[in-house]
Amino acid sequence: MDRRTFLKIIGAGVAGATTGNLLTPGKSSAEESLSGKEFYGILVDTTRCIGCRRCEKACAEVNGLPIPDISEKTNEFILKNKRKTSDTQYTIINRYETEKGTIFVPKRCMHCNQPGCAAACLVKAMKKRPSGHVTWDLNCIGCRLCMISCPFDIPKFEYNKAMPRVQKCNLCWDRFNKGVLPGCVEACPTQALMFGSRRQILEEGKRRIAANPDKYIEHIYGEYEVGGTSHLYLSSVPFEQIGFRKDLGTVAYPEYSTGFLYAVPFIFVLWPIAMLGINRATKKSKEDEGHHEEKGKH
Amino acid sequence: MAGEKLETVDVVQEKPEGPSIKSFGDFIDFLKKELKPRGNIVTPFNIISLPIMLLGYAFIVYRLAVGLGRPVTNLNQEYPWGLWIGFDVVTGVAFAGGAYVLCFIVYVLRAEKYHPIIRATVLNGFLAYLFYAGAIVLDIGRWWNIYNPMVGNDFGVNAVMFLVAWHFFLYMLAALIEFSPAIAEWLGLRRVRKILGAMTLGAVIFGITLSTLHQSGLGALMMMAKSKIHPLWYTEFIPILYFVSSIFAGLSLVIFEGAISHKVFGPQIDEEHNKSYDDIVIGLARICAVTMFGYFFLKALLLVHEHAVPYLGSTMGFWYLFEVIGFVLVPCFMFVSGAQQKNLSTIKFAAVLTMVGIILNRLNYTFIVYNWYVPLSEKYWPAPMELVITASIILTEVWAFRWMVNRMPVLRKPPAWAIEKEH
Repeated sequence: MDRRTFLKIIGAGVAGATTGNLLTPGKSSAEESLSGKEFYGILVDTTRCIGCRRCEKACAEVNGLPIPDISEKTNEFILKNKRKTSDTQYTIINRYETEKGTIFVPKRCMHCNQPGCAAACLVKAMKKRPSGHVTWDLNCIGCRLCMISCPFDIPKFEYNKAMPRVQKCNLCWDRFNKGVLPGCVEACPTQALMFGSRRQILEEGKRRIAANPDKYIEHIYGEYEVGGTSHLYLSSVPFEQIGFRKDLGTVAYPEYSTGFLYAVPFIFVLWPIAMLGINRATKKSKEDEGHHEEKGKH
Repeated sequence: MAGEKLETVDVVQEKPEGPSIKSFGDFIDFLKKELKPRGNIVTPFNIISLPIMLLGYAFIVYRLAVGLGRPVTNLNQEYPWGLWIGFDVVTGVAFAGGAYVLCFIVYVLRAEKYHPIIRATVLNGFLAYLFYAGAIVLDIGRWWNIYNPMVGNDFGVNAVMFLVAWHFFLYMLAALIEFSPAIAEWLGLRRVRKILGAMTLGAVIFGITLSTLHQSGLGALMMMAKSKIHPLWYTEFIPILYFVSSIFAGLSLVIFEGAISHKVFGPQIDEEHNKSYDDIVIGLARICAVTMFGYFFLKALLLVHEHAVPYLGSTMGFWYLFEVIGFVLVPCFMFVSGAQQKNLSTIKFAAVLTMVGIILNRLNYTFIVYNWYVPLSEKYWPAPMELVITASIILTEVWAFRWMVNRMPVLRKPPAWAIEKEH
């Protein structure tokens, strides 16, 4: 090993030890996966959904969750309330009465292109897979910052367990690896859910809007929201009428913390130098020292 | 209180050269002797605090057995963070900020005036990190994985939380090194004392750098809660607000803690220190006043910058003004007038107001104005067990602080051999 290589290695080691990858914060863990393969996702056409809750049942079966009763009578009762996903329900359907009649909206993890949850995770338990799936792993320490960082309030925590997990839809990651469709998509009787690469489903969404401009509003929720999501929604009414937030912006969530992360290496390098400088500058000269000695020790 | 005073009298009369520890056996014998309580055990403080602490420990065991949900905490899917993170960790760390600020003043700026309170402050800071930040072990759901950010193989190096976790850990080491000369003096280890003393400046500079980053980092944790925190509080400058406020939060706690320590450990404090004490507090009040005004100015600036002024008319606006005027601007002016009139009671009252303001501010971010649109009936409110466990952690810290102050040269003069070395 020549001297230059050696210095390079040492330099990289020191930089790594003090700042990690922070010198390049733009390249967040969530974004790394942007390169390469296409993300997969689901196109949800709310004009096709009939609120049968079969996707809820299929999801529960696939993920080993309590199986919901989806008889018509129960549905009528359940759909009266606006529900949220929970640690035992990764997907739920809500009913909205709008100017264009009753609309059913399935809700689950949006699988953001650059997820806040994954960027927040200090052990990469929450991960954006190269295929677009946002998954959770057992090395999680349970700090719940992912829940705080999710604009859609999706990750749910098992509060009443001694060994809790963070629960959410993972776009059927295991089934994807076996080449099988997600449980909900397979169960949907009206093809309200369509699985495909993000490019495919976005094209299909645009095609449907163009073919039926009176039926759909010209907005695919998730195309630009929070930097884009792998779950895309079509609707016949403005999205705020069917329980979507319109104030989330188009900036990818990890971007909000990059400003701070950029400051880190600067402070790490400049602070010690500045303080050492001040310390040396404020040092008393020899005569003053003598004077200090005379004054006695505290 | 009388009991503690009696207790400390013995300590002052202890032989100045300290114990002679030559082997590990000596150390164990010495520790055994030191672990025994001194003076009167039956004091009002002990009688009140001990049952709370024991109850808290029992609840901690219960929490580890059944998890975080009710009845242990009122945390829920809407409010992932509550009292333990908001108060114990985030507020506790802000209060511990006094240690890095004073280290900067004493060791970097060499303002010798503040030297007499440096050890008590650093000890308090170290214990605050150990206990309050340590309380995070209770709050994280999967606590058995706590070592993952340190020795795991999946480092989330770009996560703010990763940074905060590492900085907590490293800062605790730095604070321990800063305080360690006192431990060496207690054990009578002269050579070790010399080595540790030489490490102080390095530890101080490292500690201040780490503190700057994790004090602001705690604010940066909330950056991705943009859609959840009320626009009056959310700004891209939260990290800077957290850092600036940690300066006067920490110093206010130093003033508050000093006032109590002077009553409780009075006899340990030498006359010279006693005489300079008022002057020190007035100086601290001045620093608080200036930083608080800067903070207030920044707040006002951000209000305009973030176009949040129209919100001032709403209920949330009143709550915002209550915090910013009642607990920043008012104590700021009280610090000014207290320092000018050399009125210590005004300064102490201002310090308490400031501390309440910091608690409000940090809890606002963690759960009060977090998800502010959630109806009042569904809002998070600390459960009784959360409160008891929090109280027991604080009291344990106070016990540890008292134990160390009574045995190590924290408030009283270091042994003669150590002072000679210092100059």
